[in-house]
Amino acid sequence: MASITLRVNGTSRTVDVDSATPLLYVLRNDLDLHGPRFGCGLGQCGACTVIIKGEAVRSCIRPVSTVAGAEITTLEGIGQNGKLHPLQQAWIDEQVPACGFCQNGQIMTAKALLDKNPTPTDAQIRQGMANTLCRCMTYYRIQSAIKRASKTIASARTESEVIA
Amino acid sequence: MSTRRDFLKTSGVLVVGLTVAGDLVLDAQGTGAGPYPDLDYKQLDSWIVIRPDNTATFFVGKTDLGQGTGTAFRQIMADELDMPYDKTSCVMGVTDVTVDQGGSGGSDALQTDGYPMRRVAAEARRVLLEMASVRLGVPVGQLVVSDGVVSVAADRSKRVTYGELIGGRKFNTTLTGSNINATTGAAQLKDVNQFKIVGKSPQRYDIPAKVDGSLKWAVDAKVPGMLHARNVKPPVAGAKLVSIDESSVKNVPGLVKVVSKGNYVAVVCEREEQAIQAARQLKVEWQKPTTAAFPSSEDLYGFMRTAKPTSSTPPSIVGSPDMAMMTAAKVVEAEYEIPFQGHTSIGPAHAMADPSNNQLTIYSNDMKSYGMREGVAQFLQMPKDRVRVVWMEGPQAYGRTAADDAGFEAAYLAKELGRPVRVQWMRNEETAWDTKGPAFLVKVRGGLDAQGNLVAFDYDARAADFGHLGYNEADTVLIAQLMGIRPSQPNRGSSAVPNEMYAIPNRRMTTHVVSLPTVWETPLRTGNLRDPNGPQSTFASESFIDELAAAANTDAVEFRMKLLTASKEDDNGFKRARSIACLKAAADAFKWDTRPSPKRVGSGDTLTGRGIAYTYRSQTVVAEIAEVEVNRRTGRVWVKRLVCAHDCGLVINPEALRRTVEGGLLHAVSRTLHEEVRFDTEKVTSVDWVSYPTMTHLDTPESIEIVLVNGDPNPMRGDLPHYGAGETMLKPTMAAIANAIFDATGVRIRRVPFRNDRVLAALKTAKV
Repeated sequence: MASITLRVNGTSRTVDVDSATPLLYVLRNDLDLHGPRFGCGLGQCGACTVIIKGEAVRSCIRPVSTVAGAEITTLEGIGQNGKLHPLQQAWIDEQVPACGFCQNGQIMTAKALLDKNPTPTDAQIRQGMANTLCRCMTYYRIQSAIKRASKTIASARTESEVIA
Repeated sequence: MSTRRDFLKTSGVLVVGLTVAGDLVLDAQGTGAGPYPDLDYKQLDSWIVIRPDNTATFFVGKTDLGQGTGTAFRQIMADELDMPYDKTSCVMGVTDVTVDQGGSGGSDALQTDGYPMRRVAAEARRVLLEMASVRLGVPVGQLVVSDGVVSVAADRSKRVTYGELIGGRKFNTTLTGSNINATTGAAQLKDVNQFKIVGKSPQRYDIPAKVDGSLKWAVDAKVPGMLHARNVKPPVAGAKLVSIDESSVKNVPGLVKVVSKGNYVAVVCEREEQAIQAARQLKVEWQKPTTAAFPSSEDLYGFMRTAKPTSSTPPSIVGSPDMAMMTAAKVVEAEYEIPFQGHTSIGPAHAMADPSNNQLTIYSNDMKSYGMREGVAQFLQMPKDRVRVVWMEGPQAYGRTAADDAGFEAAYLAKELGRPVRVQWMRNEETAWDTKGPAFLVKVRGGLDAQGNLVAFDYDARAADFGHLGYNEADTVLIAQLMGIRPSQPNRGSSAVPNEMYAIPNRRMTTHVVSLPTVWETPLRTGNLRDPNGPQSTFASESFIDELAAAANTDAVEFRMKLLTASKEDDNGFKRARSIACLKAAADAFKWDTRPSPKRVGSGDTLTGRGIAYTYRSQTVVAEIAEVEVNRRTGRVWVKRLVCAHDCGLVINPEALRRTVEGGLLHAVSRTLHEEVRFDTEKVTSVDWVSYPTMTHLDTPESIEIVLVNGDPNPMRGDLPHYGAGETMLKPTMAAIANAIFDATGVRIRRVPFRNDRVLAALKTAKV
């Protein structure tokens, strides 16, 4: 067992766990976060995705010791000032989820995608999301919601530029 | 440290029922810490609670599989009750606070269970109006009700709310009905044309908590002192446990116990990662069976073709099929092959069981939570009223949880250890050992007369479905099988005939079930996968109808339309009229150009084509058209466009319905292009998303159009039924895609899935 300090959603948390423990189990079982979920434990499906240093990371295969001190963001932490992130709002507006179990991975992967490329083409969305699986097959609506969020983010930018 | 009650109170969607209305019900029933007697469905209070603030909670015995049925229940009940939608909430599937409507399955939530829900809501409205009549001093006939407020028609200032009339108190109204589906009061149902909320599309109430991370799912169930368990599965089907070397895990921190009984083995640890480590590390000696458990997936159809059926249905015969076939101008024959397909949920099986207070509470996403309660009570030989299942949201698997193994395992381990235990299957277990949709081998022959009319049709289907699993049965769930528990006879299983309204003068339809050599303790155990047999039988029949249309050099829509209109007879649900309406609606929406298939094969790398297929399930009718691109160099098939004309009678929530249909269509696309359970002669070798590929974002069609059809001859009738919509759309998709590939290439693909290598090989053989 080792004492490891994590920075999750802006708060420092110290846990006492085996350093090889995948980050996913620490987030879920020690920090009581429910966004990231176990889907495969192999890094294949994306249900466990969190964002670390701007990258979408599969927490089910990332040893907790390797992310000590790094800023970790989970689904619970992407909204700001009590407001949903534009992607979360787009997910509601488009009524994306069926069962919703994979949607953590869809939203977090899409966030990392939009953070790097705020106006992706349809082909870039498909490619960027290609390895994030949904067994209810909500892909069609996910892609619409990413486009919707991309527009919201772009118009928010324009507004803030005008104000500035 | 959180308490059990806190856990329930903060569990997202569930909070609605159990903190506010739930407390009232729990107090009334004296439950909570147990025991948990059955709720009396003949008491109105079991179904509806109205609070002083004029809000209502509905308690229904169904579960929502991510298709918005909870939202639909609120819509139909709020409409019958005359309450605003946003003043209602709904509690589902928690066995001690809801009546047993069986949970989910068979797409019957609205078609069957919606009616008792409507009737109890109508009865509550009737009782409230009588109470208002006394309170306001005028006869019921002079009262009007709107949004939960009863007023005197002649003087609207004289008013009283439902909350003021009954809030916080019980109705004490007795209902009648010999079973739950027949539950009724004295009130009449509304004419559906009077509905204000039905037909509109309120957003699904469960979605916000699913996108902000606040929902507590069954995977999140956690109570103080909870342990984590992992199974150690036999390495091959039918393996016998010889010995366990417990010293192999003695260095695993947090190890609590290695549990085994018969061939069931599990490790239980304090922490989750410890349980995973212990399961990987545990040395178990197994004895393999001396004979092959099954043919390999490559040899499956050869085996099925020659196997002696375990059962056959007597052929259903119309006219003289043999004679008609002999005198036909042209006879066409084909054979179709559909593999075992997995439910392969995105989240493997899981459950948590808490044995506190000498009771047993199981937190589970089981779609049939009531069946699990019954099954677990039997399995553990506990009185039923000491077991309850708290249904919570989970990863959808379209039938997997009808036989929910993890719930039984958690219950068994919790009872053994006397502590709460959470069981979680790993990915390889789930993909290999979940229940499978049965493989099918279908032979069809058809005879055309000189004018190209279909005069004879001979259909013969074999399904590898012997031993099909029941619903949460104490003697067929996997843990029971591994412990050596068996029913006296395996389930007979079933095969299927096509569902269509074609008027064919001479036809014979025969079905058989065959068995694999190993029936018990096998990963190839069949269960209900989203329309258990429909996609398989419809792939064969609707591909074959297309083959006949091509042989008759007739357009595929025209050929079907002729078969549908050749008879005027209809059933009591007007399925013929609605089939014709759907076929026409799909063709119109697609802008179908009338011509025979195949079209002239193009010259570039990408060949395009379109195909249609149609069927029904129960009373829900669908016609689908797929447009595909086939890459001649790689064999890749892309379904570029899908059109689905869908008639499920009265539509409760059009937007939620559209999404359910879209998801179902794409589930079928995935099963058509990618999904096949692979196995050697002793084990399933599909164990993850590489060895069991599924559809991804890359395969998503460019456009999906859902046309909601109401083809009833009297579309505005006040008793227009609301039929199920969870599965029908999956049935024709495989055939629509196969027919589109044929249209594009002239090549007929008769084996599912249409993987690149198979399509490429077929194109090469045909020199396309």
